[in-house]
Amino acid sequence: MGLLLLVLVPALAAAVAYLVPPVRVRLGILVGTAALHTTAVVGLWGGQAAPELDGWLAIDSLGLLVLSLVSVLFLVIAVYAVGFLRTQPPRGGRVFVSGLLGFLAAATLVAVSHHLALMWVGMETTTLALAPLVYHRHDRRSLEAVWKYLLLSSVGIALALLGTFFLAAAQSTGRPLVLEDLVGGSGSLQPALLRTAFVFLLVGYGTKMGLAPLHTWKPDTYGEAPPLVGGLMAGGLTSCAFLGVARITEVSMAANQAAFVQPLLLAFGVASLVVAAAFMIGQSDLKRLLAYSSVEHMGLLVLGLGLGGIGPYGTVLHLVNNSLTKGVVFLAVGNVVLLTGSASAGAARGILRRLPVSGIVLLLGLFAVTGSPPFGLFLSEFTILNAAIAEGHPWVALIVVVLLAVIFVGMAAMILEVLYGPSDAAAPSTRESLLLVGGPVMLLLAVLGLGLYIPAHLQRVLVEAARGLGAPVP
Amino acid sequence: MSGLHELLLLCVVLTNFWLLGTTRLSSAIRATALQGALLASLPIALHPGWSLHILGLAGGTFLVKAVILPTFLRWAIREAAVRREIEPLIGFSASLTLGAVAVALSFAIAAHIPLPESNSALLIPVALSTVIVGLLVLTTRNKALTQVVGYLVLENGIYVFGLSQAERVPFLVEVGVLLDIFVGIFIMGIVVFHINRAFDSLDSTRLTELKD
Repeated sequence: MGLLLLVLVPALAAAVAYLVPPVRVRLGILVGTAALHTTAVVGLWGGQAAPELDGWLAIDSLGLLVLSLVSVLFLVIAVYAVGFLRTQPPRGGRVFVSGLLGFLAAATLVAVSHHLALMWVGMETTTLALAPLVYHRHDRRSLEAVWKYLLLSSVGIALALLGTFFLAAAQSTGRPLVLEDLVGGSGSLQPALLRTAFVFLLVGYGTKMGLAPLHTWKPDTYGEAPPLVGGLMAGGLTSCAFLGVARITEVSMAANQAAFVQPLLLAFGVASLVVAAAFMIGQSDLKRLLAYSSVEHMGLLVLGLGLGGIGPYGTVLHLVNNSLTKGVVFLAVGNVVLLTGSASAGAARGILRRLPVSGIVLLLGLFAVTGSPPFGLFLSEFTILNAAIAEGHPWVALIVVVLLAVIFVGMAAMILEVLYGPSDAAAPSTRESLLLVGGPVMLLLAVLGLGLYIPAHLQRVLVEAARGLGAPVP
Repeated sequence: MSGLHELLLLCVVLTNFWLLGTTRLSSAIRATALQGALLASLPIALHPGWSLHILGLAGGTFLVKAVILPTFLRWAIREAAVRREIEPLIGFSASLTLGAVAVALSFAIAAHIPLPESNSALLIPVALSTVIVGLLVLTTRNKALTQVVGYLVLENGIYVFGLSQAERVPFLVEVGVLLDIFVGIFIMGIVVFHINRAFDSLDSTRLTELKD
């Protein structure tokens, strides 16, 4: 019952939060549910939860990783939302809180589903739950953003459904579309149908991840959504979408299709890095900059999968680091937006003086998100580069290094301008609310910690998750 | 019953052409409503035997795709007071031709798809051509509402493909899929309504403020 409850409790909380009128109660439900969820997920790290509903719901290493990331990030963002809704007009406060909780329920369903069609249902629901939150400001620009987000994501997800049906058609033994039976009976999967399924699922869930050239909704959506929603998307929603890609990769690898799937993953990975680098140079909006940074990191995730060797290990480590770092930078930028009312480099200047804590978090977040040592992303990007050389792709390694350097310059140029640039008036420095800076600081410390030391417990889960994705058994 | 489902599938292709050729939004919505009704009767024709699973699928599909969504879309065009898809990116005769190409292509592709147990030779080609027509409408029409119709048709094509796997996909999941599509189109409809109010137009080409 545990896993099912993990999905149902947030869903129920979403409904209750919509129905009860007082704002305080609603926010209490939000934070309470988030804390309860995280507690339950921490409990899952202790022992093995038995599969439920005839194996449709189960927890494995990769699912546990994604679930934990979503849960931790959600808890931080729930606390941040309390501070955010205090300063922002309460418009949509009811839809806002319900949308967030609905997302938590759907994302949990994605992480614990071992039935791939059920996973699809969760995936589509995550898209829909966040749509009203993108439209939070109720103006023309956010309307355009939500339209592009809905249409492109929905079409992408529709193709993933087609891919799921192809996968069902490829399977002839075992429980239909249950991950364990797909992997276990991988020898009897019809190869041509499996490859078709892989292409549709990669394109479908890749759209939701925001892999180039399917990323076009991302800058617009992240640019217009409130930063805390952007953070939840860049750290949580994309991790769920990655899980979709990872699941079909897992099945394909088990069925000895590595020669077919790896070049495709590599191509999407490199394309995403190229697009991110090209559009980051000269970017003038902080949130759009972060959107392209998200395209970059999604590219690195599939790149690691496509390389093989220790690449998948680098990918799962990168998944953890990326998710936490996105929380740091989006929430820090959120504080800038709350202060200045804008995320454009022209309007927000001298932030380091005006918002001392958020400024420092953003500065360190810049180094973290660009993969500088000693932060965790350095370690995971280094592992992926190592894999590129070890697996005989020196050119890929070279291209990636050059692109990462370009991306560093592009991001640093803009963020340093925002932090150190001269602000027009003698604006005083503001006292920052603990609700708004506590979460980002804690996430930053976690990313720093992961760069210095990976706990043995986490290491074991990472290695197990990577093994399913094609990493050699150590 | 083997003749009946072939007839139904051919009718699905005809509704696709109706959709591609019509200039009126209300007519396009009527085409999708009819298509929804055809899709609802397909599982019964394909899997005779009156199991609860098939009846539930047929009933749910009929309710959502033939009744609720068309009614909702009709409400949306009445509110928005739009009647015609005036300026499609490509002309109507060109899109009809492309539709014919899509059908031919789908038969060619379907011949190469080695499906283990196929209920009907027409099922896969019709599914694929409906998917392509949905994508065609999505990409070549400017009105936001017509694009929603295109999305619905795309989902219809996938539904037809899914029927080849109906015994293997559990009922609970089918209900979830149907519910997601329903809510998705509902939210899209609400957004279309807001676009119309904010821009005085349903033209999605006016949505061009966001760019790099």
